[in-house]
Amino acid sequence: MIERGHHDMGGLPAGKVEPTEHDYPEWERRVDAMVQLLRSGGKITVDELRKNIEQLPREAYDHLSYYEKWISSLTQTLIQRGIISTDELGRKMEEVTKRAGPVRD
Amino acid sequence: MQAQFETDYPALAPRFKVGDKVKVRATAPLGHIRTPFYIRGHVGEIERLCGSFPNPEELAQMRSGLPAIPLYRVRFKQKEVWPDYKGPGSDVVEIEIFQHWLEKA
Repeated sequence: MIERGHHDMGGLPAGKVEPTEHDYPEWERRVDAMVQLLRSGGKITVDELRKNIEQLPREAYDHLSYYEKWISSLTQTLIQRGIISTDELGRKMEEVTKRAGPVRD
Repeated sequence: MQAQFETDYPALAPRFKVGDKVKVRATAPLGHIRTPFYIRGHVGEIERLCGSFPNPEELAQMRSGLPAIPLYRVRFKQKEVWPDYKGPGSDVVEIEIFQHWLEKA
C-alpha cells in the first residue's frame, strides 16, 4: 500500500529554503519550449506531466534538477502518447552519443 | 445561489454552497491526485466555487476528464490542521479541492 505519495510532502519537516539565482542553460530553455508547444498544441496535458514526475523513483525525484524532472516526464509522456517510440528514442540517443563523444557531466 | 460559470463542456452541478462545512475524504488511491495528503480527513468551510474543470485525475491518464467537476476553495483553521500551530487562532489555510473529494460535515 502506498499511503502518501513521495512527492506529496506538504507539512513534512523540511528545513530552511535557500533561494539562489541561476542562469538557464540552452537545453533547459529547449525543454521548456517543447513543453509549451506540446501543451498549447493539445498533444499533452500538464496533468500527464505531473503524473509522470510523481512516478519517478524516489531517489530520482530527490536528486534530479527541476528541468531534469521535466525532460524525464516529457519523454515518458511522449512515449505513452505514441508520439515517439522507445526504440526510436534509444536509437537517437545512440546516434547523439556517437556524434558528441563520451557523455560528460 | 452562487454565480454559475459558463463552460463549453458538460459539467456536474455544484453540491455545496458558500459557508457549508465539508470534510475532505481520507483515502489514498493510486494515480495523480490534487488533494494534498495533509488535508485529508480535515473539516473546512466552502469559501467560494471556483468554476468547473475537467477532472485532473482522468486527464493525467489521457482521458477527457468530463463531465467537468466543480472546484471549491475550502478554508481550514490552521490550528485545527496543525495541532502545534503557534500563530493566531484566526489564521487559515485555503486549498482548492474538487467536489468528489468533499462530503458534508
